[in-house]
This record gives sequence, C-alpha cells and structure tokens, in this order.
Amino acid sequence: MQADNTQLFKFRGPWTLFKKEIIRFWRVSFQTVAAPVMTALLYLLVFSHVLDKRVEVYPGVSYTAFLIPGLIMMSLLQNAFANSSSSLIQAKVMGNIIFVLLTPLTYLELFVAFLAASIIRGLVVGLGIYLVAIIFIDLPLAHPIFILAFAILGSALLGAFGIIAGIWADKFDQMAAFQNFIIMPLSFLSGVFYSIHSLPSFWQTVSHLNPFFYMIDGFRYGFFGVGDISPWISLSVIIASFLALSGLTLAMLKSGYKLRG
Amino acid sequence: MIPAINIQQVHKSFGALHALNGVDLTIEQGEFFGLLGPNGAGKSTLINILAGLLRPTNGNISVMGYDVVDQYRQARQLLGVVPQELVFDPFFNVREMLRFQAGYFGRGRENDAWVDEVIEALGLTDKAHTNMRRLSGGMKRRALIAQALAHKPPVIVLDEPTAGVDVELRQTMWEFIKRLNREGHTIILTTHYLEEAEILCTRVGMMKQGKIVALDSTSNLLKRLPSKSLRVTLGQVELPTSLKSILKSQDNDAYIFLLSDIAQVEWILGELRSANIPVVDMQLLEADLEDVFVDLVGR
Ligand SMILES: Nc1ncnc2c1ncn2[C@@H]1O[C@H](COP(=O)(O)OP(=O)(O)OP(=O)(O)O)[C@@H](O)[C@H]1O
Ligand SMILES: [Mg+2]
Repeated sequence: MQADNTQLFKFRGPWTLFKKEIIRFWRVSFQTVAAPVMTALLYLLVFSHVLDKRVEVYPGVSYTAFLIPGLIMMSLLQNAFANSSSSLIQAKVMGNIIFVLLTPLTYLELFVAFLAASIIRGLVVGLGIYLVAIIFIDLPLAHPIFILAFAILGSALLGAFGIIAGIWADKFDQMAAFQNFIIMPLSFLSGVFYSIHSLPSFWQTVSHLNPFFYMIDGFRYGFFGVGDISPWISLSVIIASFLALSGLTLAMLKSGYKLRG
Repeated sequence: MIPAINIQQVHKSFGALHALNGVDLTIEQGEFFGLLGPNGAGKSTLINILAGLLRPTNGNISVMGYDVVDQYRQARQLLGVVPQELVFDPFFNVREMLRFQAGYFGRGRENDAWVDEVIEALGLTDKAHTNMRRLSGGMKRRALIAQALAHKPPVIVLDEPTAGVDVELRQTMWEFIKRLNREGHTIILTTHYLEEAEILCTRVGMMKQGKIVALDSTSNLLKRLPSKSLRVTLGQVELPTSLKSILKSQDNDAYIFLLSDIAQVEWILGELRSANIPVVDMQLLEADLEDVFVDLVGR
C-alpha cells in the first residue's frame, strides 16, 4: 500500500508541483505574459522616441538598442518575482497552501519546484519581449552564453526572493508594498534607462549596491560585448546573492516559518 | 502490530492558550475511530499536528511508527487528511486537483483508475471538469474529501467531512469510507453529528479543553449511562413530587424520566395512577451517544 513506487518516481512529487505552477500562470498568460510584454514595448516606444537621436550610451549602439536588453531583464526579473510570490500569497490567503503542506514534499523540493516555475515565467516573458523587439530593431548577440546565464540566474534570484516575500507576507497589501518599495525602485535605479557612468559618483556608488544593476549590466554585455563593469564581476555578485537568498529561503521553508504554526 | 497512530503527551499552546494539554491516544490499524468534543476542544489542533500543519509544543505523534516531525516524508505518505476548513484552488477543475494531489505523493497515470473510482463514489462524476470555484459548498467539501483519498492512503483522517453535505451523499460517502475501512484502511473521524459517530465508529475518544476525557469502545460508552429513559405524554398536570427527582427534561406536555432500572417504569406508572394522572402516550428511550457526551463533556 505504501512506498511501492517512491523509488522509481522519486521526482514525480516536485515535478507535479512544478507542472502545476507552470499551468497556473500559463492559463492566465494574457495577464502573466502578454501584459508585461506589452508594458515593456510601451516603455520602448516612448523612451526611444524621445531619446534615440539625443543619447548614445556606448559608441555605435543606438539608445533604443541599448534600452532593449535592460527592459527585457527588468521585465524578466519582475515576472520571476511575481510568479513565486503571487502563487504563495494566493495559496496562503485562500488556504489551499495546505494541499502542498500535507504532502511528503521536502522543503528542498518545494524550493526547487517554485524556483523552476519562476525561472520559466521570467524566461518566457523575456523571450516574448525579445522576439517582438527584434522585429523593429537590429540587436547583436555578442555572447549568447552570457545572455542565457544572466537570464537564468536573474530569474532564479528573483524567484527565490519571491518565495521569501510570499512566505513572509500575510496579506496582498504587504505583497504590494514589496513590489512597490523594493522591486520597482531597485529595477528602475539599476541602469535600465541609462548607463550608470552618466550618474554623479555618489549615485554610481549607490548603484553598485543594487544587485539589479549587475544583472542588467551583465545581460546587456551579452548583447553588445560592452558594459559598465566586467561581466565576470556581475556574474560573481549574482551567484553569491543567489546562494545567500537560497540559503535564507531554504532556512525559512525548513523551519516552517509562517507556514507550519 | 504497529499502531496506525500513536500520540504521546502532546501539548500545544497558542501564546497563553493551551489548546492541547497532554493528549495520549493510540489508534490501531483498521480501526474506525471517532474523535468527539465540543467546539474548541482541540480536535482540529490535534489533527493538524498529526498532519504536520502545526508543530507540537511538546510530545510526539507517529503514523505507522513514523514520527510526524522527524520522519515526516514517510508519515505524510501514509496519511490522507480532510481539513475542516473548506479550502480550494480556484485555478483548477476537480480532476486536475486530484491528479496533482496524487502526483505530489508520487502517483502517476497508474493511479487514474483509482481517482475515477473516488470521483464516482463521491458523486463528482458530473463535476469532474468543473472549475473548483464554480462548485457549490457541499460539492467543494466532496472534492476536498476526494483529494485526501487521491493517493489511497492507509490512514484517513476526516475532520468534519459531512458538514454541509446533503443526506443522500452522506449515505454514499459513508458506504465508501466503510468499504475502505473493511479493506484495511484506518479511519479517524471528527463530527458533531453524534448519531453518525455512534453508527460508524467502533471506538470513541471524547475531548474537552485539550484533554481526552473518555476513551472506550462505543458499546462500552453506551453501557456506561444508567441508561434508558421513559417518555410519557401527560397533558397539563402537576407532577407528583416523588417523580420530580427523576425528571430529566420536559417538552410541553411530554416528560422524560431517567431510569436507573427498567423496573422503575412500574413505579412511575403507579405514582401517576395514584395522582390520578392519565397517560396519553408512552415510549421507552435508549441512551445514545449524545447522552453520554452530555454526561461526560457537558454542553
Ligand atoms: N492557529 C491558532 N491560533 C490561535 N488559537 C488557535 C489556533 N487554532 C486553534 N486555536 C484555538 O485552540 C482551541 C482548539 O481549537 P480547535 O480548532 O482544535 O478546536 P476543535 O475541537 O476542532 O473545535 P471545532 O469543533 O469547533 O472544530 C480553540 O480555543 C481555538 O480558538
Ligand atoms: Mg475542529
């Protein structure tokens, strides 16, 4: 009656949760994918129209081209965060989080399943913006491996952050505060719309404390082969941040903080 | 044989509130066990600790020998819990929820036949493709029960499964649960419908203020009360003083006397005759679990 197929299908539990999380956002892809792609394109339209002829951030790179990787990364990060955080907060508020808590899924499996779904959501949104953008603008691909690495690590980092926020928040307005007071400022002040070299030195220093800066700069490097700092530094900062946040997330899940009273 | 559930000195506090005060309870494999008690007695708290949704402040619980904290994977694999709160996931339909639930427990396509059986047995066939959000309250409750059974767990815990479920389904659902019990599944049930517990459960534990105050087979519990009582309909009369001492309750012109012995019936009738009170109607009532409950737990 028990444990007959647990060996054979060891990964079926977390796989099912991953699949459920994917279906959850895909069913409402109009909101979860189409809407953010649309928003990013509006930014692109407005900013490139206003600034394209006036600003050249890197030699030979138009402002519009410069902007695209930043917008892709910003949307990818916001959506990776939104995926895990909204899934958890909804499940907590609705009470259906218990369907997962009653199962033999380990805290590591929960983490991996939520994280993987966030990564997919981030990548799908990012890819959506990219595909629409290249219809209008020529975009080089100097180092595709860097592009992919930053995209995956960036969505993983924000996916983990979303799990933390989802566990911590008890109400939707606390989650909104997270979005409005942490995610939005960090993403806007990260160099999406400008190179931080154009900032006064005080703000340059401040920008270096923002993990979003490294994700956007490294991602952009992947396209143009130039950036504000070395992509290897960015990569190291992001990997270190990811490991730190994952450690915190796993510790929260393991302790049952706010999930198991 | 290893007990299905072994609860040892479990305490649970919520701040200053002691919801459980040292609960000890062993439930054997194959039992149909009823956990009864008034609102706030601690039944759900105990079940939630068993299910791993809450952590005990003190004490241990094991499922088939697996500790619910230290060996939670094995323990939860063996458990199916129907929570008291009516929760659902508005994103999915009934069948999807059941497939997911089975999947979390490592079950795949080979389990689909069982999922269909559960859907059928709980009268959800018509609703299998209906989104959870669009189900009526009673239907949501059935889906919740089905979810707990999706991985065919050997130990099934039902926290007020029949609240809001109509009479017809209640019958079919109990037939299904009884069948599972005959096939060896252990059933633990909480309910406020005491007749239900009396009919179904072979053993009953009664809780009050976080403690087990009675634990015995249903038949022993029923024997415990002096037991029968006599219901006589008399019309508007002044009751002889001698009878007032054994009057249990009065409902308009019907009087219920508690009998310590069946021979008392003759004496009661004798007293009524001497007082010239005609008896309009008369019934002998058996004690039921509700009387035992009131006696032990109070209202
Ligand atoms: N999460 C919680 N936080 C604080 N107090 C709680 C919590 N859960 C339960 N309690 C308290 O613990 C006590 C036991 O509650 P419990 O839900 O276990 O009762 P119950 O026997 O299931 O009652 P009912 O028949 O109404 O379902 C109650 O006083 C309740 O208010
Ligand atoms: Mg309860």
